[in-house]
Amino acid sequence: MFQLFPLDKISTYSRPFYRPFSGSQSAFLPAFLRVTVHLFTGLSPGHSQPFYRPFSGSQSTFLPAFLRMEIVHVYTKLRSEFGRQCLFSDRPAELLVDVSPDPNLALQFIQKTRRDQAMQASRDMSEHQVNTERFESESRGINHLEGGWPKDINPQEMEQTIRFRKKVEKDEVYINSVLQLGSIMEHCIRQNNAVDIYREYFEDEDEVEENQEPPSAKTINVFRDPNELKRTVTDLSWRPDGARKLAAAYSCLEFQKSCRGSSLDSYIWDIENPNKPELTLKPASPLVCLDYNPKDPHTLVGGSYNGQIVYWDTRRGGTPVEVSSVEQSHRDLVYKILWLQSKTGTDAFSASTDGQVLWWDVRRLSEPTDQLVLDPCREGNLDRAFGAVSLEFEPTMPTKFMVGTEQGLVVSCNRKAKTPAEKMVCTYEGHHGPVYALQRNPFFPKNFLTVGDWTARIWSEDIKESSIMWTRYQMSYLSNACWSPVRPSVFFTVKMDGTLDIWDILFKQNDPTLSLKVCDDPLYSLCLQDNGRLLACGSQGGGATLLEVCSGLSTLQKNDKSLLAAMFERETKREKILEARQREIRLKERSRSEQSREEEVGPEVGDDSPHQLITWTEKDFFSLVEAEQRRRSEREGRGQQEKDVCEEREEKNETTSAK
Amino acid sequence: MAEVEETLKRIQGQKGVQGIIIVNAEGIPIKTTMDNTSTVQYAGLLHQLVLKARSTVRDIDPQNDLTFMRVRSKKNEIMIAPDKDYFLIVIQNPSD
Repeated sequence: MFQLFPLDKISTYSRPFYRPFSGSQSAFLPAFLRVTVHLFTGLSPGHSQPFYRPFSGSQSTFLPAFLRMEIVHVYTKLRSEFGRQCLFSDRPAELLVDVSPDPNLALQFIQKTRRDQAMQASRDMSEHQVNTERFESESRGINHLEGGWPKDINPQEMEQTIRFRKKVEKDEVYINSVLQLGSIMEHCIRQNNAVDIYREYFEDEDEVEENQEPPSAKTINVFRDPNELKRTVTDLSWRPDGARKLAAAYSCLEFQKSCRGSSLDSYIWDIENPNKPELTLKPASPLVCLDYNPKDPHTLVGGSYNGQIVYWDTRRGGTPVEVSSVEQSHRDLVYKILWLQSKTGTDAFSASTDGQVLWWDVRRLSEPTDQLVLDPCREGNLDRAFGAVSLEFEPTMPTKFMVGTEQGLVVSCNRKAKTPAEKMVCTYEGHHGPVYALQRNPFFPKNFLTVGDWTARIWSEDIKESSIMWTRYQMSYLSNACWSPVRPSVFFTVKMDGTLDIWDILFKQNDPTLSLKVCDDPLYSLCLQDNGRLLACGSQGGGATLLEVCSGLSTLQKNDKSLLAAMFERETKREKILEARQREIRLKERSRSEQSREEEVGPEVGDDSPHQLITWTEKDFFSLVEAEQRRRSEREGRGQQEKDVCEEREEKNETTSAK
Repeated sequence: MAEVEETLKRIQGQKGVQGIIIVNAEGIPIKTTMDNTSTVQYAGLLHQLVLKARSTVRDIDPQNDLTFMRVRSKKNEIMIAPDKDYFLIVIQNPSD
């Protein structure tokens, strides 16, 4: 757009100006281009004035209105100075033209209302859908009736076809190929005749299906206590008719910790909906245990913190239908309550740490129907009774039941005994702490599982001295356990460090087959659904976790029962033999000590007064301590002798002072 | 010519062989020991089958080629030996 005029053509005025092309020249260019800018700089300032000059007539018609203004800037130069070299110099910017808006023009315009318009610098696209017309296709077959005869031969005519065939037969290629093919064919025919290559061999061997996949269990859902103050899930019970409902009892079991402000409610959850419990049970005091009636899936019975027994019918909502009277109930919290098998289907019994086992008929909870005091002397003395912590009842043996006590004993009782004294049949000792869980093996009712202190033990009813199988001492306290209802050799335990252990005693006896960390809080309760696959465990933080066990651990394998029966028998036999041996040894000892007593004459025999006993035990104790210390210091002394000397001296001083 | 006859007779003499057909590349049965209808039927159907099988084998690996085909059914076994221009079809009833 720049056009420079040659210098000689310039008149005295050498001026930059905007001027449209004249006439013919302008016709080639569009209107907006018909502006030329001529600029000369560096000349003597002289007259340099911008001025506006409107165009005249013909020239202006080619241009749009806004360009019809000619802005002319005039430079003057003396003629004598023409031809001189240009001396360029920098100078600051100078405003040449300032075209300010003419407010009068604004009156010709109306302001548009402001509007938000989204824009983007991209191509406009639109969406179109195209569908082809349905193309219908059909499968058809053609049957070949007659060969591809060459054109000149009419297939109908016998003569022609025969002639053709004869011709082919004479062809050399034909002869060679037939000979070759013939030999291959013969080989195969002979092969066929010799051996049936397609026969099914090895049909009889059964495929040994070994479950190669490692055992696993996965968490499906967690049901959290909806209250602010989380309480422990102390008991869980599945609804018996296979419906997917789980009842959970919540209470705060911390010793003497006042859970003021925590709600008293317990919930029934539908496993499909972990966000909101299906039904809220509202007892007068928090529930410690509960149980669904195996005969009637709508009724539940629960034992509460204050010792009362509460009975619900879920069809009638969350308020208890009946509550036992406070005077007749337990004096301490009810640790376990179970339904009994009876004709009316309304009997239940409960156990508590006050030492009683009470039987109830849920239609009349005002007083228990029967009572048993767990007194070891069988006198019914409550003061000396053992506190009961767990109960066991097997519907196949309705007259017998077992109670696990706080003292670590398991008491086997007979319901139908004539006198209360005979109700307690025998005891099994084994645990150092309370027996928190007790359950018979559903397939082998003679064997039962107990959990207490840091071990889980399996007992046989016949062997009273000790359990027949036990686990190693675990790292943390075991709080609950149960057998799998499907596989006789599998049982589950939960621990105080939040892990769930699945034990399969046919597979591994020393360690759990699978150990899962369910949560960080201690786990307190555990309940398996009847199908053996779904398992719920409750934690201290109020969360009940629902897990699904892998099929390997929840489907009955072929030889399970027989193998397990053999295992139990073997262990029972071993214990029996050990027991017999122990008895023998004891007898021998006794007879020997009796003999020695007869020979000796002296004050040693007879009663040791308590004082003498004490001094004797003290001496014994301190000598043991000293011996141990000496041994330890000797061990260290092998490394640093100097230190030792001082230590030994110090120790000697200590022992002398202790004495 | 005589060798051809001899070969065919030998094959025919094997245990269980029910029929032999020699078909050319166009599907025309050249020599057969069975009746015309069955011959034509076998020839036509098997011809297409062999071509398809051969093209399959060659599609998978162009260096490969079909050497033999056995179609085992409940009642008998059809064996086809293909060549460049002709195929030999034998229907056999396996002994057991």
